[in-house]
Amino acid sequence: MADLTTDFLGIKSPNPFWLASAPPTDKEYNVRRAFEAGWGGVVWKTLGAEGPPVVNVNGPRYGAIWGADRRLLGLNNIELITDRPLEVNLDEIKRVKKDYPDRAVVVSLMVPCEEEAWKDILLRVMDTGADGIELNFGCPHGMAERGMGSAVGQVPEYIEMVTRWCKENYDKPVIVKLTPNITDIRHPARAAKAGGADAVSLINTINSIVSVDLDIMAPNPTIGDKGTHGGYCGPAVKPIALNMVAEIARDPQTHGLPISAIGGVTTWRDAAEFMALGAGNVQVCTAAMTYGFRVVEEMISGLSQWMDEKGHTSTADFIGMAVPNVTDWQYLNLNYVAKAKIDEDACIKCGRCYAACEDTSHQAIAMSEDRVFSVKDEECVACNLCVNVCPVEGCITMEPMAAGTVDPRTDKVVEEDYANWTTHPNNPSVQAAE
Amino acid sequence: MATSHQASGVQAGRLSADQIAENFSDLHAPFDAHEAAVAADRCYFCYDAPCMTACPTDIDIPMFIREIQAGHPEAAARTILNQNILGGMCARVCPTETLCEEVCVRETAEGKPVEIGRLQRYATDTLMAQGVHPFERAESTGKTIAVVGAGPAGLSAAHRLAMLGHDVVIYEPKPKSGGLNEFGIASYKSTDNFAAREVDWLLQIGGITIQHGQGLGSGLTLEGLKAEHDAVFLSIGLAGVNALRAEGEDKDGVRDAVDFIAELRQADDLTALPVGRNVVVIGGGMTAVDAAVQSKLLGAENVTIAYRRGREAMGASRFEQDLAASKGVKLMFNVQPVAVHGNGAAAEIELEYTASEDGKLSGTGETVRVTADQVFKAIGQTLEGAPEGLELEGRKIRVSDSGRTSVDGVWAGGDCASGGEDLTVTAVAEGRDAAMDIHASLTG
Ligand SMILES: Cc1cc2nc3c(=O)[nH]c(=O)nc-3n(C[C@H](O)[C@H](O)[C@H](O)COP(=O)(O)OP(=O)(O)OC[C@H]3O[C@@H](n4cnc5c(N)ncnc54)[C@H](O)[C@@H]3O)c2cc1C
Ligand SMILES: Cc1cc2nc3c(=O)[nH]c(=O)nc-3n(C[C@H](O)[C@H](O)[C@H](O)COP(=O)(O)O)c2cc1C
Ligand code: SF4
Repeated sequence: MADLTTDFLGIKSPNPFWLASAPPTDKEYNVRRAFEAGWGGVVWKTLGAEGPPVVNVNGPRYGAIWGADRRLLGLNNIELITDRPLEVNLDEIKRVKKDYPDRAVVVSLMVPCEEEAWKDILLRVMDTGADGIELNFGCPHGMAERGMGSAVGQVPEYIEMVTRWCKENYDKPVIVKLTPNITDIRHPARAAKAGGADAVSLINTINSIVSVDLDIMAPNPTIGDKGTHGGYCGPAVKPIALNMVAEIARDPQTHGLPISAIGGVTTWRDAAEFMALGAGNVQVCTAAMTYGFRVVEEMISGLSQWMDEKGHTSTADFIGMAVPNVTDWQYLNLNYVAKAKIDEDACIKCGRCYAACEDTSHQAIAMSEDRVFSVKDEECVACNLCVNVCPVEGCITMEPMAAGTVDPRTDKVVEEDYANWTTHPNNPSVQAAE
Repeated sequence: MATSHQASGVQAGRLSADQIAENFSDLHAPFDAHEAAVAADRCYFCYDAPCMTACPTDIDIPMFIREIQAGHPEAAARTILNQNILGGMCARVCPTETLCEEVCVRETAEGKPVEIGRLQRYATDTLMAQGVHPFERAESTGKTIAVVGAGPAGLSAAHRLAMLGHDVVIYEPKPKSGGLNEFGIASYKSTDNFAAREVDWLLQIGGITIQHGQGLGSGLTLEGLKAEHDAVFLSIGLAGVNALRAEGEDKDGVRDAVDFIAELRQADDLTALPVGRNVVVIGGGMTAVDAAVQSKLLGAENVTIAYRRGREAMGASRFEQDLAASKGVKLMFNVQPVAVHGNGAAAEIELEYTASEDGKLSGTGETVRVTADQVFKAIGQTLEGAPEGLELEGRKIRVSDSGRTSVDGVWAGGDCASGGEDLTVTAVAEGRDAAMDIHASLTG
């Protein structure tokens, strides 16, 4: 079995699966049980400054979207940071870390944008023996209205400033947790790096309204007759998180900056994908909240099985392996030509490929009277839509055309050589250069 | 004291009231909302969907399932009822395994079709439970049309004609409407008096009067009807039964399966309905299966279906055969009855083995005797009471694709007319199509 031990910023954990800062990590009882279940580490639920703790709503704080069989696809929340007293949390963190020296315990923090406030809490965190801190610059609701959370994460200058304060006043790793509620994730990541961050973690939740109650005429979840936007997470946000992780991993200015990936991790495969895009480990919230702590068992066994199959002996072997293959559109090979191909034996004759291509694409699929479907190579642009709508996996495939053959759609010979948009004759800037 | 399984002869009260109630409950329990959502999600919304083509009434199945997915079962019901006004009954009785579900692409892919019948029931039950009738009559045309027979074909034609603005009089000799929906279909397919409730719901369209106690041959003639109405639609079903032509057929305990079923369907108290200890049903169609299964459910100890050809030739679908087998009915193939033995009442039936050569069936001479205190004949129904002067095709009234008979102004559909299988859904389709043609010819 592959060794899943992970070293992230010098923080060792028996596997790369950490629980994200959220309700699963809000108290000693939870965290002890999570460690017993096998989680490699936790980021403790975000702590606020000394003084009376924040309060949460007393009505529903979650909303969701589901598949037909109530599979939870996306979760939305309006919960704030921990609503338990600071001292209680700090005492618990200290006890837990002492009893679980081999697990990662990172403390998430969010205090007002004043250096004294940060200095004060950092001193107290140091005393717990925790392995590091995570700065919550992500929470998109409630706390943001008070100038914290994503209100900081949306201003790169603030990120840099607060990160610097923390680096100056704390000697263990500082992770900056980024909000996805921005237009270009590279800017906050660069700011974190400039402030001296040891790593970034992302994504926090995405601003969202999960659904509208059409009887009350208010967004869900409703507190009486009103609702507010919340933070979206779970399987639905994974594609957004994957892209943001990849953008940071391949940005020359932040390339090499350690990343802890968060957003929709539900099975070993999600974790492997994030790590292939450069994440050193992953954090999980919704999957644990949906299925309980035991899901980590599948993640552990699944990841090690896959690593064995691929011959990876440690997670470091494949971290970042896919990053060089993430490129800009303009560098894609325009001489690559493929055609859809339908396997008649596998086809169940539903006709979805036909409806999709005929109604919305390139009229490249023919349907015979007895429901035999075939691709018209002279029309097919290889868009992949038919593959995506076909209910039978592997029934429609994309077959690359060999160099030297003629594409019946364009009557052009398929070129052997790579050529992209930057040199294409239709590109106005190429013409301008001539 | 209740009579047991083992009591000989034709006896009532073989099972307790509780057991009877359980035995005759819904064959397929209705879907709840969640089950319906999950079942509906399996539909691929096929292009030019094969299920639609397989439905004799051409219901837009992918569309109604999508409406269920989108949380509007009432809209789904309207989509169904537009094509098939008895969509509620059809959802219960259609042999979907040989119709829509047989050709479902998920049947092809996984051997597990989308459960179209049960989804159809979910939609139509939801609408009917709301007491809504979703159709309105067009402005009156002043025309009146006679519909003869209040079975599925007649009701379907009547509803469509009434909707188009015609006045309809249905003539029905029986005291209840519904035809075989009321008197024939197996109880566990149509529970809670559904057939009668559906008729009441259908009549909410208005413009339809039903004259019970009147039929062709019992007070009415075709000439009389033609004279009084602008058009006549015949939907008299198959009122006759084939004879067994076996020795001893007249002994006590030998009777027509359809009569037994009709009595069962109308019984207020099934524990009071007598059934044999050893029942043999002759035949291979749905009627044979229904008589056999319901005998078993009433508490008969041994029930055998004796069919003269092989399994593959049976009229009852594989699903029906398996249903019978699962209830403990024994299926015998390639045997035909030669005599019923017994002193006054049936005690044994003598069956002869058959062989078939080039489709021609003959006895092999070898016989076997099976204990039988009750014998049901389920060897087919025949046209009876059809008016003189109509051309026949085979043993049915000859009709065109749109239901026209050889006599001007007279249409026919359902089991009594040529073409199509003898199924409820086919009767509904033929009634509807004839109504459209009548309407076209009266207003064209
Ligand atoms: C036991 C049994 C079980 C069946 N099970 C199924 C099943 O599970 N699924 C399925 O799809 N089909 C089934 N069928 C077949 C289905 O019931 C028929 O195909 C369908 O009822 C035909 O409809 P119809 O309107 O043509 O005739 P019917 O339903 O027979 O209705 C004819 C009507 O005409 C009336 N009538 C008769 N003679 C006259 C007259 N001279 N004048 C006026 N009125 C008259 C009758 O009283 C009756 O009301 C079954 C049939 C039987 C016998
Ligand atoms: C109820 C709830 C509360 C959360 N609270 C916090 C928090 O206090 N601090 C924080 O940094 N992130 C918080 N998050 C965000 C999660 O840590 C995580 O970034 C997000 O849920 C995406 O991961 P997932 O898709 O695995 O759930 C919260 C999420 C949820 C669902
Ligand atoms: S790849 Fe696109 S264009 Fe080609 S057949 Fe499929 S849907 Fe049509």
